[in-house]
Parts: sequence; C-alpha cells; structure tokens
Amino acid sequence: MDYFIELLFSGLTRGSIYALIALGYTMVYGIIGLINFAHGEIYMIGAFTSFVVATVLSIYGFPLLAIIVLAGVCAAIWSSAYGYTIEKMAYKPLRHAPRLSPLISAIGMSIFLQNYVLLAQTSDFLPFPELIPDFAFMEPYAHIVGSSDLMILVTTAVVMVALTILIKFTRIGKAMRATAQDRTMAMLVGINVDRIISATFIIGSSLAAIGGLLIASHIGQINFYIGFLAGIKAFTAAVLGGIGSIPGAVIGSLILGLTESFATGYISSDYEDVFAFSLLVLILIFKPSGILGKAETKKV
Amino acid sequence: MSEIILQVSDLTMNFGGIKALDTLDFEVCSGEIVALIGPNGAGKTTFFNCVTGIYTPSSGDVYLHKPGGEGRTRLNGMKPNHVAEKGMARTFQNIRLFPKMTVLENVMIGRHCRSKSFILGAIFRDKKTRAEERSIVDYSYALLEKVGLASQVNELAANLSYGAQRRLEIARALATEPFLLLLDEPAAGMNPQETAKLVKLIRRICDEGHAVLLIEHDMKLVMTLSDRIVVMDYGRKIAEGTPAEVRTNPEVIKAYLGEDD
Amino acid sequence: MFPLKEFKKSLLVALWFVALTFPLMVIQVDPIERIVNWRWNNMFFVAIGSFVLSVVGKAFFARKEQQLSKKRTAQNEEVQDTIFQRVLREPRYLWPISLACLAFAIAFPFLFSTYQTNVMTTALMYVVLGLGLNIVVGLAGLLDLGYVAFYAVGAYSYALLNHHFDLGFWTVLPVGGILAAFFGIILGFPVLRLRGDYLAIVTLGFGEIIRLVLENWNEFSMGPSGIANIDRPGLFGLDLSLNMSILYLYYLMIFFLIITIFVVNRLQDSRLGRAWVALREDEIACQAMGIDKTKTKLVAFSLGAFWAGIIGVVFAAKTTFVNPASFTFLESAIILSIVVLGGMGSIVGVICGAFILILLPEYLRALSEFRMLAFGGILVLMMVFRPEGLISNVRRVYQFKKNDRGEK
Repeated sequence: MDYFIELLFSGLTRGSIYALIALGYTMVYGIIGLINFAHGEIYMIGAFTSFVVATVLSIYGFPLLAIIVLAGVCAAIWSSAYGYTIEKMAYKPLRHAPRLSPLISAIGMSIFLQNYVLLAQTSDFLPFPELIPDFAFMEPYAHIVGSSDLMILVTTAVVMVALTILIKFTRIGKAMRATAQDRTMAMLVGINVDRIISATFIIGSSLAAIGGLLIASHIGQINFYIGFLAGIKAFTAAVLGGIGSIPGAVIGSLILGLTESFATGYISSDYEDVFAFSLLVLILIFKPSGILGKAETKKV
Repeated sequence: MSEIILQVSDLTMNFGGIKALDTLDFEVCSGEIVALIGPNGAGKTTFFNCVTGIYTPSSGDVYLHKPGGEGRTRLNGMKPNHVAEKGMARTFQNIRLFPKMTVLENVMIGRHCRSKSFILGAIFRDKKTRAEERSIVDYSYALLEKVGLASQVNELAANLSYGAQRRLEIARALATEPFLLLLDEPAAGMNPQETAKLVKLIRRICDEGHAVLLIEHDMKLVMTLSDRIVVMDYGRKIAEGTPAEVRTNPEVIKAYLGEDD
Repeated sequence: MFPLKEFKKSLLVALWFVALTFPLMVIQVDPIERIVNWRWNNMFFVAIGSFVLSVVGKAFFARKEQQLSKKRTAQNEEVQDTIFQRVLREPRYLWPISLACLAFAIAFPFLFSTYQTNVMTTALMYVVLGLGLNIVVGLAGLLDLGYVAFYAVGAYSYALLNHHFDLGFWTVLPVGGILAAFFGIILGFPVLRLRGDYLAIVTLGFGEIIRLVLENWNEFSMGPSGIANIDRPGLFGLDLSLNMSILYLYYLMIFFLIITIFVVNRLQDSRLGRAWVALREDEIACQAMGIDKTKTKLVAFSLGAFWAGIIGVVFAAKTTFVNPASFTFLESAIILSIVVLGGMGSIVGVICGAFILILLPEYLRALSEFRMLAFGGILVLMMVFRPEGLISNVRRVYQFKKNDRGEK
C-alpha cells in the first residue's frame, strides 16, 4: 500500500510539472494555432537560469530563502524574455504563412536553443543545488512523499489558481480568451492582438520556468537536452486533455504523470519514454481533439 | 427527354443543434440550369458541401443519376473524390485554386480522375503513359481556350486576376467531365463585362450537355440564365419555379426584405 | 544611407540580446569547485554580433518589401527569375552543366584522397536522403519528422539479416527498401488523415519509438551497443580492400543518386507528381477534383520511406556498424534542414542544400562545433526570409503552337 501511495504521489508530482509546461503549449495553441516546439527549450532555459543564479548566490553565501526566491524570479524573467523574443523573431513574421512554416521555424528554434545552451554552458549533467530543505513535519512520511514533492504540488496548485484568476477575471485574461476565439473579431473590437500574443508567450514561458526550477531541484541535475523530452511529454499531455483547453492541459498532465508513474512502478522502467510516445501517437490518431477539446469543423 | 440527374430528398444537416439544412427536397434535370438563391446563411454552400461529400449529411438522401446511364448512385457519406468520379464537379465560393501551380496544371489536376498512369508509368514513361499525358495536356488546353485563358497557360494561378481565377475554377471543374456542374457564386467580385462573358460561358457549357446548378447573388444573372430557381431560407426550400414565378412569390420577397412587424 | 533611427533601434536590439544572454553566456559556474567564471568577453561578442545581425536583417527585410511592392506594381509582366532558374529552364545550359558535374563526380576519387572520397560518399547519401524526403515534404507537403525511422529500418534490416543469415548487400538492398516502405504504409495508413502539424508530431513520436525500441529490446537489436562487423558490399564475390570498397561505395552512391534524380524528376512531371503538389496546395479542392487523398499521400509517404530504407542499407554497409544513436531526431532534423535550405520541391536545390550543410562543417573544422546551432538557425531564417529555399522549384512550361489569344 505504501508503494502504491508513493507511486501515486510521484505520479502527481510528475503530472504537476507536465502541467506547468503543457499550459504554455495549450495557451499558445489556443491563440495562434501553433505547436510551439521550442517551448520545451524555454523550460530548459528556465532550469539553467535558476541553476546559474542559485549556484552563484550560494557561492556568495546568500540565505536559502533569498536563493529560492531570486532563482525563481530570475528564471521566470529570463524565460519570459526568451519566449517573447522567440515569438517576435521566429513566429510573428510567419503569421500569414502556410501552416507548416511556423512549425518548421519552431523546430529550428528548438534545435538552435538546445545547442546555444550546449555551447554557452556545457554538455555535461550539472548537479543542481538543493534548494528545498527537508521539512521537519514531513519526517514521518518521508519514505512516501518527499518534501520537494510536496513543494511541487503546492506550488503548482497555487500557480494554477493564480492563472485561473488571471484568465477568468482580468482584462488581459478576457482579451486572451477573445483572441483565442476569433482573432479578427478581437482585432476589430480594439484588442491589440500582437500584445496579447506576446503576453501569452510571456505567461506560458514563466510557467515553464517555474516548472524548470522545481523539477531541477527535485531531480538534482540538469542538462541541455532535458527540454526535448519534457516538451514532447507535456505536449502529449496537452493533446490528451484537448489542446487549446486550459483545464484540459492540467487533467491530461495528471493522467499522463500517474500512468507513467504506475507503469514504470509496476511494469518496467525500460520503456518509460516509449510509453509516453505511444500514448501520443495513439491519441493523435484516435482522438485528436482530446478529452476536453472541441472537434474542428472544416470551413469550405 | 430530360431526366432527373440529381435527386435530393429530406436532406438535413445539423451542426451541433443548428439545422443548417432542414428536410430539403429538390432535383436537377439534365440539360437545365438551376439557380439556388437565398439570403446569406440560408445554407446554400452547406448544401453544396453535403452533396459533394465534403460534409456527411445528418439524414436524407442524395442520388446522382448519370443521363442515359444505368442505375443511380447514393452519394451520402461518399468521399468527395468519388463524387467527382461519378460525374459531379464544383467550384468554390472563396476560390480554391492551387496557387503555386500554373494555369494549365490546375486544369490538368481535373483530368486526374479520368486518367490512370501511376508510379511505374511515371518512372518509365511508356507509350501508354506518354499518350495519356499528351491527351491530358490537349484536353486541358482546349478547356482553357473555351474559358478564354489560353494566353496565360504557363502563368501561376496566383497571378491571375480575380475574374480569371473564377473562370479557371470552372475550367478545372469541367476537366473532370461532369454531367452536373455546381458553381458557387461564380460571378462574385466580377465587373459587369466579366459577368456578361460569364453568362455566355455558362450558357455554352449548358449547351454542350452539362447541367448546371449555381449559387449566385447577382439577380440579373440568375434571372437571365436559369431555367428554374430554388429559393432557400434557414435551411429550407421556401420556393421553386421559373424566374417569373419566383420573382412574384410573396414568400421570397419576405425572406429577402424581411417581415414588416 | 542608414538612418540614425534604425541605428538606434539596432543598438537597442543589441542591448536586449546582451541582457537576454547574460546569465547563460557570461556566467559560468562550477558547482563542485564552487567557482564563478565571469566571461565578459562573451558579452562583447553578443553585443557586436546581434548589432550586425540586426542591421543585416533590417536591410534584408527592407529589400524584400521593396521587391514585393515592385512585383505588385508589375502585375502582368514577366516575374524576374534568378539566374539559377533561368539556367534550369534552359536545356541548352542544363545539359552541359549536368555532364560537367557528372564528369567531375567520376573523376573525384582520382583527384582527391580516399578520406575526401569517403566524406563525399556521406554527402551523397544525404543528398539522396534529402531527395527522398523531398518527395514527402517538398512535393506532397507532408511534414515528416520521423524520416530517420525508415532509415533505421533499412540499416537494421541489413545489419540483422547479415548478422544472423549472412545475407549480402545486394540481396538486402531491395528488402531494406521494401521493408521501410512497408513501415511507411503501416504508419501512414492511420496518420495521413491527420492535419499537417499533428502529422509532424506523430511521425516524430514514431521515429522516437523506433529508436527507443532498438535501444531497449536487447534480444532483437543488441541494444545500445549495436551490431558490428557488418559486411561491406560485395562485387561479384570479389574481396575488396578497404580503399577499393570506399571507391566502390562512392560510385555506388553516384549511381544511386543518378537513379534518384531521374526517378524524382519523372515523378514530378507526372500525373502523380501533380497530384502531390496540388494536395500540398489545397486538400479540399484536390479531393473535389477527384484525387484520392489518402492513396496519393500514402504513395508519397511510402516512396519516401523506400528511399530512406535503401540509404539505410548503404549506411550500414558503409560504416559496418549500426547502433540506435545514429538514428536520433536530430538526424531527421538535419535531413529536413537540407530540404528546407535547398528549396522544397526543387531537385537542384536539395542537392545544393545537402552539399552545403554536410560538406561545409566537414571542411571548416572550426565551424563544426556550431553545426547543429547553424542547422537550427537555418530552419528559422529560411522560413522567415526565404521560405521557397535557395533555389525555388520551377513549374514546367508547356509550349503550344496554336497560340490564338482568344477571349471571345
């Protein structure tokens, strides 16, 4: 039973991280209909930035709390800046191009960023400083749920609530929903669509950066290649939940995290990634609209 | 002499609760020009899409009957390409040419379903393939002459003027050798001279043995050209008859001008 | 010439990039020794680099706008072609050039070292792979991100059949191709009705599945350590020395390349090739004109896979060793870059693309470190600035004698 609960929590933790990344995919897709292939790299850059900042600060002897906060803030700021820049450079000029052009551009961006980090930093795995202390009150449950798992779950929950409020009740959130529904119409009623698209990239990127920080401190090491796999898996989760739908991305991520966790726990860990990829292929073939997505009707 | 070639009965199309087509009945006979008119959003284009296999109708039947041929074919749920093979071709309201192919190639695509060569033929270019290729080119060129685009055969379709693109769409549809041609707003965006030319062209197409079913908002064109007019509103057929009959039909006037409350 | 306002803008761009790249370019930490290494010179490079790129990019955009407006004003005039296109269209120039290329290709091993020949063979393999993918992506417009999977199928079919049953190169060559095409059909059947971007992702997933299976299914594929000592291609049972077999493979690739060019060229100008291009342009119109979408796509997909399978067999024979690490997503991305750089749908373009992307990093060793960075950058830049590629495809021109300009 303990083992089951352990797997359950590790699945939820995984799922939460996927959710933080998947939201970026789903929001961007909802607004401009693009699979932002470089989104996984944004997450990786978030993890790297927080690694650099946290390590520098810890070398200079800052207190732990300051390190966590500063690393998180820096990661979010820089990731958003990257997301913003990528959109301006690689996607905006292609807004009226055939559908595959921005996708190819996104793939190029993803490869570019991977190798940029590889060249600017290193190709080795880097040990990530331990940011999340073992909470004393977690002691009795430590063999089932680690402190960092708890931290991830709590942070993700807080972020989700904040995001929901942002999208449901703020001006920019309303503008985003309007743009997602009908871009031309949104433009006609005076919404600055370019700004909304930028905002979407910024929000999605900072969520991914938070995910990057959390997972890096959870696993304890990072590498320039982590974005690729995480990106694909988060995309799988977004499609599973119904791409374009925000609650769908969360549900899809939790389902994917749990299934992965139980499958590796009870079956075999060799085929962990095969499993996620197969799931991706199967969903896209059999139910491309996902759990909460709407099926598209073609306009002629 | 004339026989029914397209028979639609009880055709209904639901889009998540909205009835875009509501128990529609009508038929087209060989050799006639039928116009389908109605206010915007009446379901005319949806009707075209249902008949040509782009949408699968929710209920009802669509039958196509080749003039002088044996038996009729039920088109419901048939793929668009099979519908074209059966002898019904269409044009599109918002022009859907192949912009990066030349004018001639666009028409040659229409010959696809009337020719056969495949991988091996393409690679080895045997005698049969060469002959077929030659006939595709000749046939397509003849069609372009007919619609008045012969001087622009090697131009990219995207570079044509609006009216020329509409005519190219007609030529492309004709290349599939349809006995029934569906035209979706063929005169939209044309100037009066172009429209006059188009009227002649459609008349000629009809004289050459193709029945024509067209959607059009240009009432002058509709009234001069059509043998019969079907009026739709809210997915239903509200009137049908000769131009003179339709013109005076109170239901039609109501649909177009709205009701006085 | 260059207004001050633009200058200021470029300066701001440079500043933005300096800030953007600061944490990753300037700071480098060693978490074990606990040392921070501030690389201020990198900051300088980024500033200069982004400033120059911004200026160049702006100039490029301005030129593009100018050309566009020029094109718009000159509606019905002959659109000016590049020199390349004019040469390609003119059989008078095309034949001598092709013959010269062929002569050079045949003489190549005698002019250069064995090492160079070997490099050239690799480049030729990429040319053929590019041409194969060009059928799928360039002509039919199906973005296949798992192309390398079919390459892997070919390579492993030779490796395994040779290892277990001692089958020779020439026996397995068609088997590898057909097996890859078969995989293409199996995958293509369910996925080809998907929308373009989903298709891309599914093929990517499929490619990764194949690689992961090869990596983990030890009993079948011997896992990550791969299969070694695969036989080189035989020549009528002769035992070739290493040098001779490099030469042999080189000529084999020349031969394959000529066949590929011939076949792709013929396909392009056929009923099938036209249907592919039309499908790429507008699927719905295509179907309405009587083209069977699924069948046409499936043929393109499996034909592309067939080519990848064939080259996979050659790859296994050339390196005499295969392991899953050769078949990562990046390999697919390289082949895609070749097609995109060269010009989707253009044979000459793809050939040039492959030579540039494969040979340049090979000869400019200093650049080879930046190889993948450049591949990524090329995909983005080409899409933004020149989506038609270096050498865009030329549509065939038909001549008619009876040229009555008749609009009745």
